[in-house]
Amino acid sequence: MEMDKLGVIATFIHNIIVYNIPLLYGTVGEIVVEKSGSLNLGVEGIMAVGAIFGYIVGCYTNSLFIGIATAFALGALMGLLFAALTVSLQANQNITGLTLTTFGLGVYFFVGNAIKAVRWPIMSDYSNIKSGFADLPIPVLSDIPVIGKGLFSHNILVYLGIVIALVMWYYLNRTSPGLRLRAIGENPGSADSVGINVKRYKYLHICLGCGIMGIGGYYMGLNMSGSFNSACWINGYGWIAVALVIFANWNTAAAILGTFVFGFFNTLRVSGSSLAVAFPEPLGWLAKVPTQLYQALPFIITAIVLVVTSIRKREGSGLPAALGLNYFREER
Amino acid sequence: MKKFLALVMALAMTLSLAACGGDTSGEQTAGADLKVGAIYINSKNDTAGYTFAHHSGIVGGMQDLGLDPETQLFIVDEVPEDKQQVLNAVDTLVGQGVDIIFGISFGYIDAMAEAATTYPDVIFSHGTGYLSNETNFNNYFGRAYQARYLAGIAAGLKSLETGNNNVGYVAAYTTAYAETASGINGFALGVQAANPDAKIYVKNLGAWADEVNEKAYAEELINTFGCGVISQHCDSAQPQIAAQNAGVFGCGYNSDMTADAPAAHLTAAIWNWNVYYATAMQAAIDCEGDASQFVTKMGGPAYYGGLKEGFVDASELTENCAANTDKAIAAAKKLMVDGEWDVFSGVKLSVAADGTVTPAEADLVDNAGNVIVAAGGPSVEDGVITGTMNYLVAGVEEV
Repeated sequence: MEMDKLGVIATFIHNIIVYNIPLLYGTVGEIVVEKSGSLNLGVEGIMAVGAIFGYIVGCYTNSLFIGIATAFALGALMGLLFAALTVSLQANQNITGLTLTTFGLGVYFFVGNAIKAVRWPIMSDYSNIKSGFADLPIPVLSDIPVIGKGLFSHNILVYLGIVIALVMWYYLNRTSPGLRLRAIGENPGSADSVGINVKRYKYLHICLGCGIMGIGGYYMGLNMSGSFNSACWINGYGWIAVALVIFANWNTAAAILGTFVFGFFNTLRVSGSSLAVAFPEPLGWLAKVPTQLYQALPFIITAIVLVVTSIRKREGSGLPAALGLNYFREER
Repeated sequence: MKKFLALVMALAMTLSLAACGGDTSGEQTAGADLKVGAIYINSKNDTAGYTFAHHSGIVGGMQDLGLDPETQLFIVDEVPEDKQQVLNAVDTLVGQGVDIIFGISFGYIDAMAEAATTYPDVIFSHGTGYLSNETNFNNYFGRAYQARYLAGIAAGLKSLETGNNNVGYVAAYTTAYAETASGINGFALGVQAANPDAKIYVKNLGAWADEVNEKAYAEELINTFGCGVISQHCDSAQPQIAAQNAGVFGCGYNSDMTADAPAAHLTAAIWNWNVYYATAMQAAIDCEGDASQFVTKMGGPAYYGGLKEGFVDASELTENCAANTDKAIAAAKKLMVDGEWDVFSGVKLSVAADGTVTPAEADLVDNAGNVIVAAGGPSVEDGVITGTMNYLVAGVEEV
């Protein structure tokens, strides 16, 4: 069989990005939330809610932009719920987050099945959604062999995800609202004492972070061509995003790298045998690795990262000191 | 007012107790009051996938027999493959007074076997399993490989038309389960009947449902292995959608996937579950309250229907199919319906360009070169097809 060997590599790189960008959205969103001192384990559910509403509204309005906006808004709404429960009502953050996952998946199936029982929008019928999600090669750069297709020929939501990650890095690390937010995550009492409105900051950033997660969910739906089945589009990516936050050391720019490293192993499962066929000499062994090991690999990597991070000294760690602790002003 | 309320409630309780008593008094079950129980792995509200297919089949089967699913069907859904949880579901259904319980998922097997002993007055029917007894417990499955063979013919003729001999197959598992292995083999033999030079590349997902990788694997088969037709053994239509996006063709599974990929879909190997469910419910009615007669009424402990019973079939052919596909499929189907020929035997069919089908004796060989059935030999036994088939036929390569 004739095989385009360079094409195999290009596809491999392309897939690492295309299939794993939702992790970046989830991770960046969660970092923003966690930097405010709130641990939100509801990423999976929030992405699911953003996905289902974003997809349906986006299709019915035939506008990718409205789809993105809806996904963001619904994600933010879930964030508002989380903030109301944990910031105002002082509910336990872990439990609230887990509840949001269950609730979000429930909403996903409830809305999805209800719409499907009437008329499910098929993505290819909506020209603007379909063309909006098509690859948008960057001029000149995309003409470079191999990496042109691999790195510089993606849909607009891939670029948007990377831009959001970089903007959030700048916002958190180079602006004064970002500094105030980080101060809240480290010690909300001190932040409060210098006149920072802790509640307002928490509310705003929890909603912002959850909105970003919602867009990631919408991406998953579009990448699945909006085919609604008995399994959820999010497929556990929300949980991986929670782990990737630690991998990225609470740095949204590093999250880009983390996503690609994780995506490399994730995609190796799919592309392993292709690489083995294209390059039998150095990579032939890839085809002999059992599927089960490939399935486990991303999670083994996660476990290793968690161990390494926990060994690493407190200095240099981006872990907000007050993460997971509710701030109650009267107890200050 | 309080007194009145208490009186009403007491009355309601007495009446409902009386109603319960009526159910368990052992009167004969006629069709009109057959109570059907079902245990599902996913939600009864699903609109696609495995549970949806079975739920539609049970509801359809009830309607065929004039039963009312609104009042006569009792469901416990979202039951994982955990013995205790399945037993709890059985208890719930028995408490509701059902006469027959369908368990649709393979992993319910031990719980179903145990419950059949605990409740000898209730009929237990287990989908995809292999356990049974002589009285009130059977299992059921279908000859999907026959339907897949027909889909394979459509794929083979298409590959001849496009001049691309590479055919792809996204499989939940390969040789780990006889169900998946027989599916791949049935399809591959169908392809080869039309195009002897075809090569079938199989990707092993390692999971029954993994939508993201179902899509990614199909893309890999198309991009790297140059496949021009994509078949599948998985629930979602992602491989078909991937085929459409890449401008190639495909054969779906479980349900007609034409709506998901109108420009790519040829035909799908489909199940008509209502055929079995109607048969089983009729047998349950015929038992007239004596559950121990069920296996006898069903004609054996294992129901294994195929094209002949209409349990499996190839879905309506689309306009994407190559010329004469309809003729070839009809001819091959007739041979199987009439019981003159079956897929895994020492006789191979060869499909000509004009759609005529000619049988000829030939070895059935696996892809390691072992002869499974010598030329002219009889069909592989059903027990092998459902239980122990762990090889892929010649021309199939797992990648």
